[in-house]
Amino acid sequence: MFDTLSDRFDGIFKRLRGKGRLTDNDVDEVLREIRTALLEADVNVTVARAVVERIREKAIGAKLSQALDPSQQVIKIVSNELTNILGGQTLKITYAGRPPTVVLMAGLQGSGKTTNAAKLARWFKSQGRQPLLVGADLQRPAAVEQLRVLGRQIDVPVFSEPGDPVTTAARGLAEARRLGRDVLIVDTAGRLAIDADMMTQVSQISEAIEPHYTFLVIDAMTGQDAVGVAKAFHETLAIDGVILSKLDGDARGGAALSVKEMIGRPIAFASTGEKLDAFEQFHPDRMAGRILGMGDVLTLIEQAEQAFEKDASAEAAQRMMDGEFTLDDFLEQMQQLKKMGPLSGLLGMMPGMPKELKGAKIDDDDLKPVEAIIRSMTPRERRKPEIINGSRRNRIAKGSGTSVGEINRLVKQFSEMQKMMKRMGAMTMGKKGKRKMPMMPGGLGALKGTMPGALGDMPFNQR
Amino acid sequence: MPSIYLILIAVVALFGVAVLVVSRRRALGATKTPASASTVVSAAVSAAQRAVEIEFAPSDLVAPTDNVGEALIESFERPRFRERMSKSRAVLVGVLTGVRGRAGITNETWDELEEALLRADVGVRVTDELLSRLRARVKTKELTDPEALLNALQADMIGRLNHPGRALRFEIADADSPNVWLFVGVNGVGKTTTIGKVGAQQRQLGRSVLMAAGDTFRAAASEQLATWAQRSGAELVRGNEGGDPSAVIFDAIERASARHIELVLADTAGRLHNKANLMEELRKVRRVADKGRGRVTEVLLVIDATTGQNGLAQAKIFAEVTEVTGVVLTKLDGSAKGGIVFAIETELGLPVKLVGLGETIGDLVEFDPAEFIEALFSE
Repeated sequence: MFDTLSDRFDGIFKRLRGKGRLTDNDVDEVLREIRTALLEADVNVTVARAVVERIREKAIGAKLSQALDPSQQVIKIVSNELTNILGGQTLKITYAGRPPTVVLMAGLQGSGKTTNAAKLARWFKSQGRQPLLVGADLQRPAAVEQLRVLGRQIDVPVFSEPGDPVTTAARGLAEARRLGRDVLIVDTAGRLAIDADMMTQVSQISEAIEPHYTFLVIDAMTGQDAVGVAKAFHETLAIDGVILSKLDGDARGGAALSVKEMIGRPIAFASTGEKLDAFEQFHPDRMAGRILGMGDVLTLIEQAEQAFEKDASAEAAQRMMDGEFTLDDFLEQMQQLKKMGPLSGLLGMMPGMPKELKGAKIDDDDLKPVEAIIRSMTPRERRKPEIINGSRRNRIAKGSGTSVGEINRLVKQFSEMQKMMKRMGAMTMGKKGKRKMPMMPGGLGALKGTMPGALGDMPFNQR
Repeated sequence: MPSIYLILIAVVALFGVAVLVVSRRRALGATKTPASASTVVSAAVSAAQRAVEIEFAPSDLVAPTDNVGEALIESFERPRFRERMSKSRAVLVGVLTGVRGRAGITNETWDELEEALLRADVGVRVTDELLSRLRARVKTKELTDPEALLNALQADMIGRLNHPGRALRFEIADADSPNVWLFVGVNGVGKTTTIGKVGAQQRQLGRSVLMAAGDTFRAAASEQLATWAQRSGAELVRGNEGGDPSAVIFDAIERASARHIELVLADTAGRLHNKANLMEELRKVRRVADKGRGRVTEVLLVIDATTGQNGLAQAKIFAEVTEVTGVVLTKLDGSAKGGIVFAIETELGLPVKLVGLGETIGDLVEFDPAEFIEALFSE
C-alpha cells in the first residue's frame, strides 16, 4: 500500500548522484522522506521526530562513500537506528525462588490478551514449567470459557470463578500454590487506558498477586494511540515487557517502536499467527526492516515453512542443486508457492527483488498459462526440455492455448533458471555452515546469521 | 537442514515465477490492469426491490419489552461524541491551544496542525491534502486568522465525510425473506460485541432477530454470542467449533426464513486481511449468504478506532472480498481518535455507519461527521 523507503529514496538519490557531499537541503529532503515512512508505519509523531533528529546527526556525521550507493548508506543508518531502539535491553525471565512465578496480562479490549495468555502458557510449558492460567476477565461474555478451551488445547489447567476479578486473581494464586504449579498467568479484562475505575481495578489485581512480570499486550496494527496506552498502563502497573500481537498481519508495526521508545521496556514476545504455537521471541532487526517496508525475508521463510511440504521440497532442492531440477519440480513448487498467499505480497517481502518484479501485480491467474504450458508437455519433455523440437512445440502451444514463441521463452528462461540454481547450490553447499547466498540479489545477504535457529538464539538472551 | 532447502526452493520458485510472468506479459504487450478498486459495490439492492431505510436512532427506542434482559434497561440517552471522546482530547487540545493563541498564521501553526491531524491517525496523505488546500487559501488572504483557519479545516473535514447513505439498510419484503447483515473484520475489533448491541437495538425497534454464530474458529466465540442473544431475546444458530462458517450462516438464514424472522445478524471469525485462504473462506461466506432466501442488505466492516494506517489496507481488501457496504468504528471512547476513517471513507467510498462510544448497548450510535469533527477540535 505504501512505498517502501528505498523507493522513496530512489528519486532523491538519482538527483544527488555525482554530488560529492550532501547539502543541508539534501539531508532535509531525505529526512522528510524518512519521517513520512515512519508515520505511515504508525510510528508516533513525537517518536518519529526524535528518531529523525538522531538520524540527522548520524547522517551528517557520516561521510558518504563514493563506492557505495548513498541511498543504501542512509537506509543502513536508519535501519541501525531503529534496530537499536527496538533491541537493546531484552527480557530474561528469572523464575521466582518461591514459586509460583506470577505473570499478569493487561491491555486494551481486543488486543489479544486471552489468546496470548494461552500462548505464553504454552511457551512456559515448553520451557519445562507447569503453568496455571487464571481467567480474571469476568467482563466479556465467555472470555473465561475461551480461556478454558485454549487451556484444554495446550493441556494447562485454568482457574476461574464468578464474582470479583481481584478475588479471583488472588484465589488463583492460592490455587497455584496448592497445586504446586510454578508459573501463574493471570488474564484480565480488556480496558481503556482512560477508564479510571477499570485501571484502579487492574492495579488492585496487581497488588493482590504481586506479579513478577506484567506484560502489556499491544496490537501490531495500533496507530498513534499506542504511546498513550503504553504510558497509561506503565504508570499504573509498571510494565516489564510488551507482547506484540497480530504481527502476522501486514501492518508495518510502528507501534512497537513507539512503545519501546516511550516506556523503555523491551518487546518480549511477538504473536505471529492464529495457532497457539505461533508465538516467539521478538526480533528487533526484522521489525526495523518491516517498519521501513524493506522486505521481510524471514517472514517469507516462515510462510514457506508453513506452506511447503518439507520432504518433497528438500528433495526438489537437492535436485535443484544437482542441476536436475525439472519442469515437473517447478510446477510442484509453483503450487506450493500459491499456498503461501498472493504472489505480489510475497514479492514485496523479498528484499533485493528487481523493482520491475516487485511492482508487478502478479496474481494467481497469471500463473495459469505457465501451468498450462508445462502441463501440455509429456513427462519426458518436462524432464528434458531440450528435446522439444518444432513439432513438439506446435503441439504444446495448441494444447495450452498459447503460442510457439511463448513456449520458446519459457524453455529458455527455465534453462537459465536451472543454471542459476546450480550455481547457487554449489555455493551454498560449498561453504558449509556459512550459508551465504551470493547469487541472490542484494538484500538476501540478510539471511546470513539471522536464520531461525541458526544462531541458537534463545528467547530472552540477556537482561 | 531442511530450512535451507525451503528457503532455496521458495526463493527460486518465487523468483522464477515472477520472471516468467513478467517477461511473458512484456512479450505479449499485455497491458492488463489489476482489478480496480471499483469493485467496491455499494448497497446490494436492486432498484426493483422496495427499499426502506429505517433511521437508526437509539434515542427514539421504545421501552424494553419483557423478553429483553436486564442489560437493556439502561439509559438510552444518546451519548454525545464530544463528551465520550472528550476524555482523551488532551493532546489535541494542547496543540490547538497553541494554534489559537497566536496572533497570525505562522510556520508553527502549520506544523502544529499537521501534528494534530497525524496524532489523530488521519494519515500523512490525507493530512497533506487537507493542509495544502488551506495553505492556498491562506496565501490568497482568504483566511487570515487562526480561528478562521481552524473553522475552515473543520469544514473541509466534515465536507470530506459526505457519504449520503449512513442509515442501516433494512428492506421490507416477503416474510420468508430475511434481511442479512454480515459482520466482518480483523481479530479483536469487536465484531461479536457489535452484533450483540445491534441485535439488542433491533429487538427494541420491534424486529425479530436471529444471530448466526459464524465464528467457528475462536474458542468460545459462539458462547459469547449466545450470551448476547439471550440478553436481547434473539434466536441463535450455531455450528460446531471448527465447522464451516458458510454452512452455519446458510442454515441460520434458512431457519430465519422458515420462522419468518426479519433480520439475521451473521458473525464471522476475525481474520487478518493478508491471509489468502481465510479471505477466500470469507468470500465463500459472502457468496453463500446470498444463495438462500435471505437478502444480504448490509456487509459491515468493523474497525477498531485504535487502528493506524493499516486500517486502509484492511478496508480495501475486505471491500474487494465481501462487498462491504459500511463501516462500524468501535472503541471511539478510548484515547484513539479513529482518524483512519477519513482515508477509508474518502478513498474507498465506504460510509462509516455506526460508532461505538461506550460499553452499553445505547452507546453504539449512528455516525455523525459534524459531531465527530467537533469533538476532535473542541476544548
